[in-house]
Amino acid sequence: MVGPLIMQFGTEAQKRRFLPRILSGDEVWCQGYSEPNAGSDLASLRSSAVDDGRGSFVVNGQKTWTTYGQYADWIFCLVRTDASGKKQQGISFLLVDMKTPGVTVKPMLTIGGTPAFCETFFEDVVVPKENLVGPLHGGWTVAKALLGHERTMIGGVGASLRALRRLKRIARETTRAGAPLLDDPMVAAKIARLEVRLRSLEMANYRTLAAAALGHAPGPESSILKIRGSEIQQDCFELAMEIMGHDALSWHDTAGAVPALETWVPSTYCYNRATTIYGGSNEIQKNIIAKLILGLS
Amino acid sequence: MHFSLSADQQLLKDSVASFVKRQSPITRARELRRDPLGYSRDTWATLGELGWLGLPFSEAQGGLGGSFVDLSIVLEELGAALVPEPLISSIVLAGHVVAELGTEAQRAEHLAPVVAGARTLALAHTERDGRYDPLWVSTTAARRGDSYALDGEKIFVLGGHDADDLVVVARTSGAPGELEGLTAFLAPRGAPGVPVSPLGPIDGRRAAHVTLRGASLPASARLGDEGAAGPVLSQALDRAAAAACAEGVGLTRAVLEMTTAYLCTREQFGVKIGSFQALQHRAVDMFIETELVKSASIRAAIALDAGDPVEAAWAVSLAKAQLGVGGKYVVQQAIQLHGGVGITDEHDVGLYFKRMHALMSSFGDEAHHVARVASSPRFTAGL
Ligand SMILES: Cc1cc2nc3c(=O)[nH]c(=O)nc-3n(C[C@H](O)[C@H](O)[C@H](O)COP(=O)(O)OP(=O)(O)OC[C@H]3O[C@@H](n4cnc5c(N)ncnc54)[C@H](O)[C@@H]3O)c2cc1C
Repeated sequence: MVGPLIMQFGTEAQKRRFLPRILSGDEVWCQGYSEPNAGSDLASLRSSAVDDGRGSFVVNGQKTWTTYGQYADWIFCLVRTDASGKKQQGISFLLVDMKTPGVTVKPMLTIGGTPAFCETFFEDVVVPKENLVGPLHGGWTVAKALLGHERTMIGGVGASLRALRRLKRIARETTRAGAPLLDDPMVAAKIARLEVRLRSLEMANYRTLAAAALGHAPGPESSILKIRGSEIQQDCFELAMEIMGHDALSWHDTAGAVPALETWVPSTYCYNRATTIYGGSNEIQKNIIAKLILGLS
Repeated sequence: MHFSLSADQQLLKDSVASFVKRQSPITRARELRRDPLGYSRDTWATLGELGWLGLPFSEAQGGLGGSFVDLSIVLEELGAALVPEPLISSIVLAGHVVAELGTEAQRAEHLAPVVAGARTLALAHTERDGRYDPLWVSTTAARRGDSYALDGEKIFVLGGHDADDLVVVARTSGAPGELEGLTAFLAPRGAPGVPVSPLGPIDGRRAAHVTLRGASLPASARLGDEGAAGPVLSQALDRAAAAACAEGVGLTRAVLEMTTAYLCTREQFGVKIGSFQALQHRAVDMFIETELVKSASIRAAIALDAGDPVEAAWAVSLAKAQLGVGGKYVVQQAIQLHGGVGITDEHDVGLYFKRMHALMSSFGDEAHHVARVASSPRFTAGL
């Protein structure tokens, strides 16, 4: 998410400092957009960054749902640098080292039983001005450009292709009355229907990528990938749950309780209810398509 | 024809609701998820004292002679707060088998204390390869003089982690899938050759896998005639499916309430999110599914009480398939409309989501019951 942004909006110094370590995987990033009262209405965010007159910003506020904030080295944040005008104006895009004094994270459990996200608190966190990406008060444009990349990523075609393959394996290994479930035409048809939708989405994804290769940043059409891709991810795991039957109902905390291939399914099924919520909920994506592509308003 | 509750039934509903409010609010279910037992023996005793555990049994069986409709009322109210006591496993499943097949002496020893809330039962019946077919039993019971030797594997025995008695189903003759040849046995907890390995289901309840390796049970542990348990087992699973629907009605009701309340408080873009038409329509669809799940569940309970087996099987499968569609829709959309907080373990909506999934997938999932609907004589009647 943040890599392409630094490429597009960053200074030469920022590119040299951050891009190689993103590429090598030496530094892991997390995303500090959402706040308790600024989810879908992201622009109403209140975390503030105040110029201390000595070359730094002082950041105060709270971010939430920060995915893997507890493991991240850096966070890219949207902060309010001017509260006087329209709420979209006066937002800036800031890179913050998670080790800076005053940054604390509190991991939270998800319904899948994993600590996949955090609350992130900023208390008088001093951030050098050279960590500002894009113009001061001009962070909303940067933020939106990033969301295009994020939505394309969340579409998750590759992950769904893998999930579908595992789904077929599970259906082959799960038997009823001695016969693999994959041989049951009703079961096979359910999987095939998913495959049909996924293969269309795969092609839509290639079209977005091809446009990106020609230099067009993913625009509102990335919302198509986000909406259907997130639904397909959910459906893959829902169907896996169905195929596993009783075995899908235990967390598998007992060794050997179910076939090894299937142990990750229930937790992911639960957690994946988030795919239609994060990265801008699917309702918000539909509002975007209605307005920006179909011209309805 | 009317579907309103009788005065007695309304009283029952109110007393269960007031019990739940005072003694088992949702916070209790949340805490007991981490408890090795998963429920409380004291609360189980209270349910017994209140008489609710005896509802589905006739007076001759040592029960209160209530109806399945009465039991459904209790299950719905308990379900609304996710009360974790093992009613379905102890009473509806295993209890039914003991009540129908047991001798008077067996009922007095093994069912009466359950009805009183002093003991629990669990049905060790499901086998992996059988999925949801109640007759798919390959576990064998071989007669050796005065005892039977049992061999086989039972999965996902609800409440099996601590039941005082297991009702174990094995084949004394015939092949998996056949109605004839199924026999049920009582096996006390800790019986040699009946090791129980506990499972942690996603809904925070407890279950177990039970392996039978040359377990020896006395002939006196047999419930009913040899090979004749099939019909009662099918019935027990239908009753459990209907019980899951009744509980599911309580879940959908609670989740709908929780969600509409959230839509009326959460603000984004300077307005209540409940003012967005897209969300209003979603809430309406949730409401409609809640009503349909309830309607189908009532039909199943009435049919079970009426006793016509074809109508009962038909109505139960209609209801369970409806739960699989509508119940799922309600809990999934409830999370969606809560946004990020709906994904946190801290929020109750996730507890309902997981319990609903367990109810949907137990005693036959949607696909199983849809297939049963299609194969019922009612499906092709009047063509
Ligand atoms: C697992 C997970 C990981 C996440 N990771 C991150 C992260 O790393 N960094 C980060 O910054 N954020 C993250 N998020 C936050 C995510 O982006 C927000 O949850 C999301 O934007 C929704 O905001 P909200 O939770 O406040 O819900 P709300 O905005 O309160 O929405 C509640 C409901 O109202 C609907 N709604 C809101 N407005 C409208 C409208 N105008 N029209 C129709 N419906 C509407 C929503 O679609 C939703 O169904 C994560 C969320 C989850 C669940």
